[in-house]
Amino acid sequence: MEQITTADELNKKYLRDGMWPTIFCNGCGHGVVLEYTLWALEELGWDMDKTVFASGIGCSSRLPGYINADGLHTTHGRAIAFATGIKAADPDLNIIIFTGDGDCAGIGGNHFIHAARRNIDMTVIMINNFIYGMTGGQLAPTAPLGSIATTAPYGNIENPFDICNLACALGANYVARWCVTHPYQPIKSIKEGLQKKGFSLLEFLAPCPTAYGRRNKLGDIKKHWEWYDNNTILIEDYKKIMQYGTEEEKKELKHKFQIGVFQDLQKPGFFELYGNLVNRLQIKENEPKEGKK
Amino acid sequence: MKYQRDPKRIRDALGKKVQFLLGDMACVYGGMLAGCSFFAGYPITPASEVAEGAARLFPRIGATYIQMEDEIGSIAALIGAAWGGAKSMTATSGPGFSLMMENYGYAVMTETPCVIVNVQRTGPSTGQPTLGAQGDMMQCRWGTHGDIEALALAPSTVQECLDFTIEAFNLSEKYRNPACVMTDGEVGHLRERIIIPEEQDLEIIDRVPAIIDKKKFIPFMNSQTIKNCKIPDFPTFGTGYHTYVTGLTHNEKGFPATDKQPDHERLVKRITEKITNDASKLVMVEKLNLDDADIAFVTYGATARPAESAMEIGRKNRYKVGVLRLKLVWPFPEKEIVKLAKQVDKIIVPEMNLGQIVHPVREYAGGNCEVISAPKIGGEMHHPAEIYKYLEGK
Repeated sequence: MEQITTADELNKKYLRDGMWPTIFCNGCGHGVVLEYTLWALEELGWDMDKTVFASGIGCSSRLPGYINADGLHTTHGRAIAFATGIKAADPDLNIIIFTGDGDCAGIGGNHFIHAARRNIDMTVIMINNFIYGMTGGQLAPTAPLGSIATTAPYGNIENPFDICNLACALGANYVARWCVTHPYQPIKSIKEGLQKKGFSLLEFLAPCPTAYGRRNKLGDIKKHWEWYDNNTILIEDYKKIMQYGTEEEKKELKHKFQIGVFQDLQKPGFFELYGNLVNRLQIKENEPKEGKK
Repeated sequence: MKYQRDPKRIRDALGKKVQFLLGDMACVYGGMLAGCSFFAGYPITPASEVAEGAARLFPRIGATYIQMEDEIGSIAALIGAAWGGAKSMTATSGPGFSLMMENYGYAVMTETPCVIVNVQRTGPSTGQPTLGAQGDMMQCRWGTHGDIEALALAPSTVQECLDFTIEAFNLSEKYRNPACVMTDGEVGHLRERIIIPEEQDLEIIDRVPAIIDKKKFIPFMNSQTIKNCKIPDFPTFGTGYHTYVTGLTHNEKGFPATDKQPDHERLVKRITEKITNDASKLVMVEKLNLDDADIAFVTYGATARPAESAMEIGRKNRYKVGVLRLKLVWPFPEKEIVKLAKQVDKIIVPEMNLGQIVHPVREYAGGNCEVISAPKIGGEMHHPAEIYKYLEGK
């Protein structure tokens, strides 16, 4: 196989014919996350016959449709639960889930927390654009305080959901947050997440100029993308400033999103533990029973 | 490793051939015999014993049991498991069945085989959790949004809990549609003698797998291996077919096609007609004393038991009464009712609800005979005398 060096070659290898144009608007971050994922898969050399993509409902959940692999486009919020079944039926399959902030942290929150707690073997890529984009810009559970949505016309008064913090608390094996504006760390991180046993979460902060940026006066697409650079900080830098920085520097961090790897554990995944259970029972059954000749 | 059905291992786990068994447990046995390798469920009275049985026995045969976070997740996992190549089942009762309705429709739309055991209890809402009812018979037919065909069996005995669970898997696999075992708290919590069928007496149907060339395969149209069959071949995930499965209206290739009327009509007609076209083959009824009858009880599930007793009392009192028991309730045995209505003067439909199956009975009786609902709710079965009194016209 020839080495792939350009995005065109990458797309040709991994994407389906006849699905263009995509449903995504100009300046949307979803295609970028797809591209990062494909680069990670390419670098890992995974067999696309054995890689299954699952998704729920929303813009992000349309991504599996573009990939030339098995894909299960499920109901709103439920992809993780569906994927639990896929993995149980065929543990040789690699499971990747594309989901959004509404799909995963909103309607699908319950499935998310329990899959993370069980350390179900799957990689969840949650694209967080702070908004319900497909339905036209309603308030998302991750929306920053004060942000405007069609259903929060006077500004959001609800605390935003920190999904990475939640996943860490539940003991997920791998938890990272990245931003679509930086390509290299995310690709490396997706690779780490994919290779991880058990549950891995990659949250991507991604712009939605149409439904979020416009209403929140983040300027044109270029300015909107720059907003992400100006409002994120690496976890390591954050910690340093919190330790050594001036009060002013610390104050400036308050509204910024930390990006990087939050958690990296090596616990066995659910299906490894379940397999051990099955083996344990089988050994017990094959033991000669007392009192029987 | 993927599950392989191993008859010896299953029978070792099940134990003796003749047992005194709980109805809920018999559903687990039926599932295991049918080749089910994935159970996902959530505790709910009076269906919890099904999950408990699966938790105990499934790991012993190398099958997977998982307790999900709710019933929405349970049915979602079943559908995922089916696409991963497994036969999958869950068990629930009314409140859980209500939660499952969205993904039940998803299973229909994506033509995914899976089996739902509904051990019915009284409703609406939380109702009487420990007591039986037949209040979800119409929900199973019409509860999800949009146009579907349902496959539903109603066991009257513990033996039938086992047999009908196998049958539900067979129907589900054959038609690529979810199938329901609509049992109830009475039969589910009943203990009776059962006989585990011998391996050679079992009929096990598996979905038709996709085997043709991957470039020529079209996942959502008539079978490409069986002639004149509206049921597509099944491209199990991981076998290289790269199938896209969506609950959106899709074209034959499986891709979203949501803005044109003909695409939707073609799809939904095919997935309903694959069942309705076979309606004449899909009849499972039991007839008792109908030959000379001028009155008939049309009944199903637990209620068939007091109805049969009422018939015996009626016969002793010179009523020419018989019983038509529906084993397969959906698809509805229209022709049987049409025929019966022309023969008898009166059809009485006892049910543990305020009248559900009486409606299609009345529809297909078409005015050819009187159709009377004999309802009972509140978590008690009909006493035979309560059904008998309808013979006396009271």
